Amino acid sequence: MADSQDLRREYRAVERETVELPLAFPATRGWWLCFSGALGLLALWFVSVSVVFARGVGVWGNSIPVNWGMPIINYVWFLGIGHAGTLISALLLIADRNWRNSLNRFAEAMTLCAVVCAGLYPIIHLGRPWFFYWMAPYFNSMHVWPQFKSPLSWDFFAVLTYLLVSLLFWYLGILPDLASARDRATSRGYQVFFGLVSLGWRGQASHWARWRQVYAITAAIAVPLVVSVHSEISLLFAAGPIPGWNSTVFPPYFVLGAAFSGFAVVAMIAIGMRAALPLKALVTPWHLDMLGLALLATGLMTAYGYFSEVFDALYAGGEELATLGDRLHGQYAWSYWGAVILNFVPLQLLWSRAMRRNPWVLFAISLSVAIGMWMERFMLVVTSLYRDWLVSSYGHYTPSFWDWALYAGMGGVFLVPFLLFVRFLPVISAAETKEEEHDEAAEHG
Amino acid sequence: MAEAPALGLLAQFPSPERLVAAARAAKAEGLLGIDAFTPFPVDELNEVLGIEDHRIGWTGVIGGTFGLVGAYALQIGTNGNYPIWIGGRPLVAPQAFALIGFELLVLCAVGFMVAAFFVFNRLPRYHQPLFWVKRFERATRDGFFLYLPTPDEEALRQRRAWLEAREPLSIDAVPR
Repeated sequence: MADSQDLRREYRAVERETVELPLAFPATRGWWLCFSGALGLLALWFVSVSVVFARGVGVWGNSIPVNWGMPIINYVWFLGIGHAGTLISALLLIADRNWRNSLNRFAEAMTLCAVVCAGLYPIIHLGRPWFFYWMAPYFNSMHVWPQFKSPLSWDFFAVLTYLLVSLLFWYLGILPDLASARDRATSRGYQVFFGLVSLGWRGQASHWARWRQVYAITAAIAVPLVVSVHSEISLLFAAGPIPGWNSTVFPPYFVLGAAFSGFAVVAMIAIGMRAALPLKALVTPWHLDMLGLALLATGLMTAYGYFSEVFDALYAGGEELATLGDRLHGQYAWSYWGAVILNFVPLQLLWSRAMRRNPWVLFAISLSVAIGMWMERFMLVVTSLYRDWLVSSYGHYTPSFWDWALYAGMGGVFLVPFLLFVRFLPVISAAETKEEEHDEAAEHG
Repeated sequence: MAEAPALGLLAQFPSPERLVAAARAAKAEGLLGIDAFTPFPVDELNEVLGIEDHRIGWTGVIGGTFGLVGAYALQIGTNGNYPIWIGGRPLVAPQAFALIGFELLVLCAVGFMVAAFFVFNRLPRYHQPLFWVKRFERATRDGFFLYLPTPDEEALRQRRAWLEAREPLSIDAVPR
């Protein structure tokens, strides 16, 4: 069989671009450059957190009436980014779309890093973070339990579940590739490392059959999990009697906005990794095209959320209308118009295939969306809160230096583990890509 | 009869199709204990080797049920144990408990399934006899392996001859 020869060459080529990358990493200098930057940000994070812990949350700009501010804005932003990884991986697995194979692994890793950042924010925001474990139901000498009717308690369970399920899903997916890396490794250190983490995987037929089941069922269950987690975030808002937070469109609006911002970050990471590592055969312009389409689709759905919010306010009148006015032409109108313009104006370029396939254009649009979606969260939190019910209670919100420092530092919390993943683990799924190559060859005879 | 010096024979085939054909022939021959190792899932092998295991799915159902019932039991139980009366709201509010119910359903279903996956596969296992075969490293790259157990010398000879007739890329004995 001549074509089986070709296919085996293909398999080896796939291995070179996936599991063999960490064994002989091609961009060591660039990686060290990025990693030092990330370590610097991480150091900034430690400093910022130490300052908050030592002096209290008063070092931030949060105050009455805007008592949520940056920590919650960034919490929602990071968690939203995370959702795209699960959606790309799980939704497209269920839909049997093979193009996910070039993107799902690093998108899932992005999810894990983003969820860690998101999860840290509410804990730091607690004021007395050393008591964060009070959120967990455990037998204690005070004989009290968490308040399970509070969205804060829901939050704890939602983020924890999401983190653990994402971790398990990612690990199941990477397991066969870790075994592959174990078998390709030539140095003792890598052999032992991959030998331990691959848990003795050997590609036995019955193991693959069970792997298929557990992977598919976990994917099927992860999609509604994403929807539940970000719906819960919207309930966190909706449970407060604040004009601007009670629109019935909130759960889908939040979920789609989350996917929107996440797809933007996935596109940026895909473009960056494609430029830095020899992945061009696996991450092709066609993949960028697909990401562009996903971005456009979720963007338009998010735009519907904006319309719906405005309609709700017009329909409700009263305080809702006043909040709408604050958003359109109040003190923080820049955040509303920033979100509208950055999220939806450059996005329209993506109707063109040539634009979707141009990495520079796609990167610029994605960056614009990531910033726009941050502004949206700023708008949702601040413009709803700064004008309290009584004129005497009106206030302002200006993020302090430590707000920004912590946010920049969170970039380090995100980047350090992500860069370690890029350096030491297969960033693209080898087993599934090989299967895809085989099926394609079989189809075309 | 003397015991065979090897646990079994490992034959490498160049493609999943050839492996499936060989496995099918071995089944038709009535050979027992055959197994296959591939770099990616080959669904035809399930049918040929008679792999039919739905336990993972059922473990998920059990885990999900446990999580959901457990979550409601936890929330109802703790509200009864330390009642917090706020604004005349009901102490037991099934709607308010639904979110944690769903989250724990998902967490337990996935947790149980992943645990079952490792238990049923007898993993983790750092080393095993197959790894003594140098060529077996290709099972994670581009090799499609068929394994035949050889309980004694006689079987070893016969099965080696049988395998050679299938023209594999290589045949290795797995040391005992």
